[in-house]
Amino acid sequence: MSHAIGTTGTSYLDAPHGLASWLLTKDHKRIAMLYLISITIFFAVGAMFAATIRAELATPQGDLLDSDMYNKIFTLHGVVMIFFFLIPSIPAVLGNFLLPIMCGTKDLAFPRINLLSWYIFIAGAIITLAAVFNGGVDTGWTFYTPYSSIASESSVTVAALGVFVTGFSSILTGLNFIVTVHRMRAPGLTWFRLPLFVWAIYATSLVMILGTPVVAITVLLVAAERALHLGFFDPTRGGDPVLFQHLFWFYSHPAVYIMILPAMGVMSELVAAVSRKQVFGYSFVAFSSLAIAVLGFLVWGHHLFVSSQSIYAGLVFSIITMLVAVPSAVKTFNWTATMYKGSVTWESPTYWVVGFMGLFTIGGLTGLFLATMGLDIHLTDTYFVVAHFHYIMVGGAIMGYLGGMHFWWPKMTGRLYSEAGAKASAILVFVGFNLTFFPQFLLGYMGMPRRYHAYPPEWQVLNVLSSAGASVLAIGYLLPAFYLTYSLIKGAKAPANPWGAKGLEWTIPSPPPTFNFEDDVVVDEPAYNYKPAREVHVG
Amino acid sequence: MEQQLEASTLGMWVFLVTEVMFFGGMFMVYILYRVLYPEAWVMGSNHLNVTLGALNTGVLICSSLTMALAVRSAQIGSRSGQVVNLILTIVLGSVFLIVKYFEYAEKFEHHLVPGPHFDMSLPEAPHQQLFFSIYFMLTGVHAAHMVVGIGLMLVILTMAMRGRFSSSYYTPVEVSGLYWHFVDIVWIFLFPLLYLLGAHLGAH
Amino acid sequence: MSTEHAHVITPVRTYVAIFAALLVLTGLTYLVALQDFGVMNTPIALAVALVKASLVVIYFMGVRYNTPLTKVVVVAGFFWLLILFGLTLNDYMTRHWMGVPGR
Repeated sequence: MSHAIGTTGTSYLDAPHGLASWLLTKDHKRIAMLYLISITIFFAVGAMFAATIRAELATPQGDLLDSDMYNKIFTLHGVVMIFFFLIPSIPAVLGNFLLPIMCGTKDLAFPRINLLSWYIFIAGAIITLAAVFNGGVDTGWTFYTPYSSIASESSVTVAALGVFVTGFSSILTGLNFIVTVHRMRAPGLTWFRLPLFVWAIYATSLVMILGTPVVAITVLLVAAERALHLGFFDPTRGGDPVLFQHLFWFYSHPAVYIMILPAMGVMSELVAAVSRKQVFGYSFVAFSSLAIAVLGFLVWGHHLFVSSQSIYAGLVFSIITMLVAVPSAVKTFNWTATMYKGSVTWESPTYWVVGFMGLFTIGGLTGLFLATMGLDIHLTDTYFVVAHFHYIMVGGAIMGYLGGMHFWWPKMTGRLYSEAGAKASAILVFVGFNLTFFPQFLLGYMGMPRRYHAYPPEWQVLNVLSSAGASVLAIGYLLPAFYLTYSLIKGAKAPANPWGAKGLEWTIPSPPPTFNFEDDVVVDEPAYNYKPAREVHVG
Repeated sequence: MEQQLEASTLGMWVFLVTEVMFFGGMFMVYILYRVLYPEAWVMGSNHLNVTLGALNTGVLICSSLTMALAVRSAQIGSRSGQVVNLILTIVLGSVFLIVKYFEYAEKFEHHLVPGPHFDMSLPEAPHQQLFFSIYFMLTGVHAAHMVVGIGLMLVILTMAMRGRFSSSYYTPVEVSGLYWHFVDIVWIFLFPLLYLLGAHLGAH
Repeated sequence: MSTEHAHVITPVRTYVAIFAALLVLTGLTYLVALQDFGVMNTPIALAVALVKASLVVIYFMGVRYNTPLTKVVVVAGFFWLLILFGLTLNDYMTRHWMGVPGR
């Protein structure tokens, strides 16, 4: 793909040494590692909250936690997982590490701002943590008014400020990616030669830029309403609490695409690599990322079908929501078509690919149930919704994240991990995940509302199944922690291209040298050029 | 240098788009309640001091001119031009904030700040509180941007005095100038939307 | 991208002319606000503000000399703002259509 075949430079991990060299680094690869360590910690924290929830729900009585405590636990589970794990996961770790390499450049456009966004991220996390130690938050991660603005006595203001600060990290990361893709591509690397991962991250960055500021100002308004007695959503002064929901979901629905689009980008890379084939319909997959990013901004009202939104507006939002299925289906069909008659090898990334496609399909199709207004009125705020978005955000985004981590781990660390361990983990996650969340579709359909710590005894069987599944899922997530850590100590050294994959990142040594490429990169072929190209690109 | 200037300019423009959306959230609140409570909005607006608002508009327009001239001086490599124009910009920005301070003090005096001290004898007092809430939020966030802008200008001024910029390298001046102009544009919208919306129905 | 545009230096008199135009338009905003145009007062005020903002963007911020990409970014920002306003108001303005309380 390029002329920069790896020579022996010092890897980015080796020099310079010392803690300061990491904490003050401007190297995108080291910053990716800083993010990796921080979000892994947040994932563990969020997972412990999830485990507590599932332990409580194993029995119908609310016996483990009282309802106040339960409210705080599910709120923190949501806040930590969404703002501190899912949103930064693939963009900040894999995106940071790979985007400059895939663009054939030494670093992002603004390396210092890149480091700054990590510090802002940590600052936001510390502020949110302060809210936890200050008695916790009990509003749910959605901070709905008027409960959050007037009624709640928990530390909503501090948590809101934490989310506000973290938003800036997301904005600066997105800004950096957008400018890098526009201005830093290597000569010959035209838009239609870019890997699809770059397209997906670019589309994600657009959502970050256009959506995040709105949620930032929204939580700031809530904080101002609590702290300064201003009124924005206060019904006693004629304010409308539903306006908060409009502003909140203007960001928070597109935020779902911040989580899933990068996972789709990872999948495009993995599908091509495991099939040894060019991605079928490259330009369709590329444009479907942009289409999802744009359409994602037009559908937020489907969260408000029962919140006194007008039926007419509900109709409009319902129709546009269904349109999102089109670009999503384009991707899924094109991945399937890529694998069809491809030389699929059953290495560990393949397991994550197949798992992702299964779970994402279920998540996406159940989304259509919820987009249908009449059906949604029955399903609103039930476990059906919980199951649906976990299929997208855990089944989709985390499968994609783990798949990507397994695929690029040898590149990032220079070490090979246990293939058997990785396959076992992928299978456990897939099985455990379905066992946890499929029963929740049934529970929701039967009418079990979300956010309650007690329920009628007839729902216990399905809840026990779900809790059992969560235990399997936990083992599936813990396994990689062991074999990946072990690979750092005892793992075999990784060659430059362990999967035989195409892409600029596989042309440089593992782990990459500090400045990525020894020579200037010139690209003269399309992405995924596994065989002489049979497809002609629209461009 | 060329690529670096282009990248930084693009980066700033993208950042300004996020600022548009940031203020946009507040404008959404403004629009909705203005549509729902038009009389209260007019009454609230007529409590604002149009003279001070107009004065501040003029001050900001002047500062935008000096900012543009500061960037121009950097482009032609005139250090004294940069320094003088940057100082003028900083002074004008500070004047804006001082005027703002007097406006806020007046509102406190007249019990027009939402909360327990709000003058509930006013007609449509709850809805007028909504107006003053969004007034303080919009102008407060705008003023915060001015403070950031002045801080930025102080840094640029120090760099300019040390001769860091030349006709071939003036990216920081140009980029922070974009930010300054943006803050000016926000005020261009705030002035008619907050201060003037009820002027034809009789000022106080 | 291109190398020629970044070195265009706007003459001082252009800046001063724009400055004068902005002051005149501010006066105009004020005078127009004193007249009663019924529902048209706000649209007129917004139109004048939009002209002023455009002058600042095009001349002071130099979009005139910028790449097409910058122009796309500027337009996209305002377009997304309209999405936020439009689809939110699409709810509030149609709530009484059905004749059902709360809808």
